[in-house]
Amino acid sequence: MIELYILLALMIVGALAAVEMKNLLSAVIAVGVVGLGLSIVFLLLKAPDIALTQLVVEIVAVIILIRATLNMKNADDWLGPRPLGAVMGAVFMALTVWMGIVVFRSLPSFGNPLMLVSQRYLENSAADTGAANVVAAIILDYRAYDTLGEATVLFTAVVGVLTVMRRKGVKSHGDPQ
Amino acid sequence: MAIHSDEGGMTLVVKTVTRLTVGLIFLYGVYIVLNGHLSPGGGFAGGVIIALSFMNLVLAFGGKKAVEIVKKNAVTAMESIGAILFLGIALLGFTEGGFFRSFLSQGETFKLISGGTIPLSNIAICIKVGAGLFGIFLTLMVLMGSERKEK
Repeated sequence: MIELYILLALMIVGALAAVEMKNLLSAVIAVGVVGLGLSIVFLLLKAPDIALTQLVVEIVAVIILIRATLNMKNADDWLGPRPLGAVMGAVFMALTVWMGIVVFRSLPSFGNPLMLVSQRYLENSAADTGAANVVAAIILDYRAYDTLGEATVLFTAVVGVLTVMRRKGVKSHGDPQ
Repeated sequence: MAIHSDEGGMTLVVKTVTRLTVGLIFLYGVYIVLNGHLSPGGGFAGGVIIALSFMNLVLAFGGKKAVEIVKKNAVTAMESIGAILFLGIALLGFTEGGFFRSFLSQGETFKLISGGTIPLSNIAICIKVGAGLFGIFLTLMVLMGSERKEK
């Protein structure tokens, strides 16, 4: 359990560093520390499926963020202090801490799942679907609707990026040729 | 910075190492996808690994050469094909009485061909996720590079 707390402390330090860094590239690398720490946490909590997915998605995210920040001309600029920034930050921090205390008090203790359906999945998934990996059996058979929704979200995101970044509309608007 | 030049890509060291390792990364992605119903992994993680192997090529050899090999239309077409495959597997379940109902035999657990439609869904999701993420990356990389040249 102690290694979990060490990793959580490392992730909190990484998140604070990502916020406080003046250089955008350093901030992106600090965000990567948070994500890689999270993937090791998933591994320690015995969720290798999620750990693998988190690891590769974090690598893609860091690559894309580094490309985006390297292309910015004024990567070192700082927006300057905002009026009422400290007050708003304090209010939101207090709200988040209060809500977090309320939520975490109502959670069941560690290792006791709230949903009793998980035990049924563990017992019956091999007989029901024939797949050895229970996670694959859940996300692609029992809960395939959720996976369809997730695929739709990703499809919409890709279409959105390709639409915003398209070359034709941008060019004809800038210089008619 | 070497990462900026779109024509040449990175240095000779990076290119050589990429040539040696990119096939292994691609094969690892395929392995993760095809064994998704047996071991940790699955369509999403495997698709991202396959996209990462292509991203590795683009970063090492430069955006211009990569665009000559992989057209953006091909990437978007692959993404749509993946989505249609996944929906098609879901709709074929109606032959067994419902949406997403498994229409193949379950097979023997722990064998490569088992699990009904789960391996097919994994492959469809792999095509979709890999092509989608690589399309986003290619768009950001190529468009930002061409815009910088125009200015």
